Amino acid sequence: MSNPLYENIKRDPRYAELVRQRGRFAATLALMVISVFFSFVLLVAFVPSAIAVRIFEGSNLTVGVVLGFFQFVFFCILTWVYVHRANGEFDTLNEQIIQDAMKKS
Amino acid sequence: MIRMSHTLSSAGRLLAVLPLLLPVLAYAAPDLGTTEKQPLNLPAIGMFFVFVLMTLGITYWAAGRSKSASDFYTAGGGITGKQNGMAIAGDFMSAATLLGLTAMIYGQGVDGYIYMVAFFVGWPIILFLMAERLRNLGKFTFADITAYRLNQGKVRTMAAISSLVVVCFYLVAQMVGAGQLIKLLFGLEYNVALVIVGVLMMVYVIFGGMVATTWVQIIKACMLLVGGTAIMLLAFSQFGFSFQTLTTRAMEVHKLGSKLMTPGSLLADPITAISMGLGLMFGIAGLPHILMRFFTVTNAKEARKSVFYASGIIAFFFNVIAIMGLCSIVLVGTDPQFFEKGDITGKLIGGGNMVALHLAKAAGGNLLLGFLSAVAFATILAVVAGLALAGASAISHDLYARVIMKGNVSEEKEIRVSKIATLGLGVVAVLLGVVFEKMNVAFMVALAFGVASCANFPVLLMSMYWRGLTTRGALVGGYLGLISSVLFVVFSKSVWMDVLGYASPLFPYTQPALFAMPLAFLGIYVFSKLDNSAEALAERAAFDDQYVRAQTGVGAASAAAH
Repeated sequence: MSNPLYENIKRDPRYAELVRQRGRFAATLALMVISVFFSFVLLVAFVPSAIAVRIFEGSNLTVGVVLGFFQFVFFCILTWVYVHRANGEFDTLNEQIIQDAMKKS
Repeated sequence: MIRMSHTLSSAGRLLAVLPLLLPVLAYAAPDLGTTEKQPLNLPAIGMFFVFVLMTLGITYWAAGRSKSASDFYTAGGGITGKQNGMAIAGDFMSAATLLGLTAMIYGQGVDGYIYMVAFFVGWPIILFLMAERLRNLGKFTFADITAYRLNQGKVRTMAAISSLVVVCFYLVAQMVGAGQLIKLLFGLEYNVALVIVGVLMMVYVIFGGMVATTWVQIIKACMLLVGGTAIMLLAFSQFGFSFQTLTTRAMEVHKLGSKLMTPGSLLADPITAISMGLGLMFGIAGLPHILMRFFTVTNAKEARKSVFYASGIIAFFFNVIAIMGLCSIVLVGTDPQFFEKGDITGKLIGGGNMVALHLAKAAGGNLLLGFLSAVAFATILAVVAGLALAGASAISHDLYARVIMKGNVSEEKEIRVSKIATLGLGVVAVLLGVVFEKMNVAFMVALAFGVASCANFPVLLMSMYWRGLTTRGALVGGYLGLISSVLFVVFSKSVWMDVLGYASPLFPYTQPALFAMPLAFLGIYVFSKLDNSAEALAERAAFDDQYVRAQTGVGAASAAAH
């Protein structure tokens, strides 16, 4: 009942490798976002005084503002990192797996 | 007596504007003031007219290209990543974002910035966990994915119900907000404004389908970016582009003083903060009109790119809004011309909602004010059109074509039903908008986000990631999430007290996600595990092929251009 093309792909050891690597990569990045963001939320909720600290004497920049801005920038960089690797390295491998599987079936 | 009734109706109008500012204000309600009808604003109407003509031209062009169901629902899958990124940003940044967040920074300072981070953070998560699987598995609606290997009829019915709940509540909230805002900006009657929004929305969607809707969103996203950035630059230049100068001046004049730059009371309660974070983060990943955008691109590559562009645009614009808010503390907050009777300790003319627009006038004069008003109107139209299309496709593609007709229906028939559904949704949205004019509809957006994060998201995520998912588990978990999130909101302060008028809420928090989302996941897990029927075994066995398709894109619905 299964599509022979799918069977060929599943038998390709590179497919297992692709799934494992890309899955681990995505999970790592997602975990980074979730842990950074919820640490920030918990900090705001439980230790608001830490958020209010000024980064240096005489500056109006507080830790909260800096951490907020950092998250905007950091998360954007992470999306770039993911898209770069997934559209490059992983998609090339993916294409090869599909091409070879098509030849076999 | 007269004074009192005036106060009451003002309060009614204040409440009615809230949903527009949502999701922000589902979580906090700063003082927005009232929306009083302004004199006719001719430059704004003129510029809006140009926008309407342009979008109608696009709709005419799109109508010639919308032949198949795939054209209608997903623009033939021919949108590029960059275009889709703009459209996603356009879908996400409503008038609420522009006006509500500016008002929030103006009123609360850094608290508003913390909210912005919470709005933003769902995007990278969607990219890492869902974007490519959505594109590889989906066709027209997200139910294509949840029903992929499960019982088509039952799972699609549930997905359609929860999609429609989300769309209807969101749509009504937008309509009520739109009517209030347009009354405020253009000096048009509330009902007239609603009919204009409803009719234009129907024209875009019915004649131009997803092609027109996408381009309306792209154009308005560009207008919003250009207008917002111009105002920010003009205003910021008055402080020599120095953050230090700007904030020092802002703290001198703001009633919060030095507390402006420290977190205030909005997130004081940890449970609410965490629940809000969860609901916002995963709610985005359950909104049908956002999910639908992932089916408009050619392949997983473009789907990923579109989130990258959308994240960049949203992050940039949120920071523009933050600077706008800070500038308006000084430029608007100290200028008597923006206050009723010229009293800067009194009310802003037109209410707190108007901060961004007053700033436009302060920084760039009447022309920029007119432009920003037109942008705000355009924004409402684009968001409403996206919602209507998502609702219509749940009715025609899921309920009609797959559940009622069991797939035995021609494309022409399905598209026709979709157009009728759009017409129906448009009429319902206008009528409900009229009914709810004076009511507090803030709870509707809380409901929309609650259902999206607690019903749609868990089932969608598990269907993509967990082999063990069965129809029974999906149904129990999905309905549990749907019903519990609705009940939590109904029993919370925003409905139980504010709408139904009881003295104290049955549920102490305004945010359902922290409670309803685990319930949904638990329901999915337990009832899938307990299900050992023959169907369940077949559904688990079908996971492998689905997984190959999700990972590689082999067999994915392809662009019509092929």
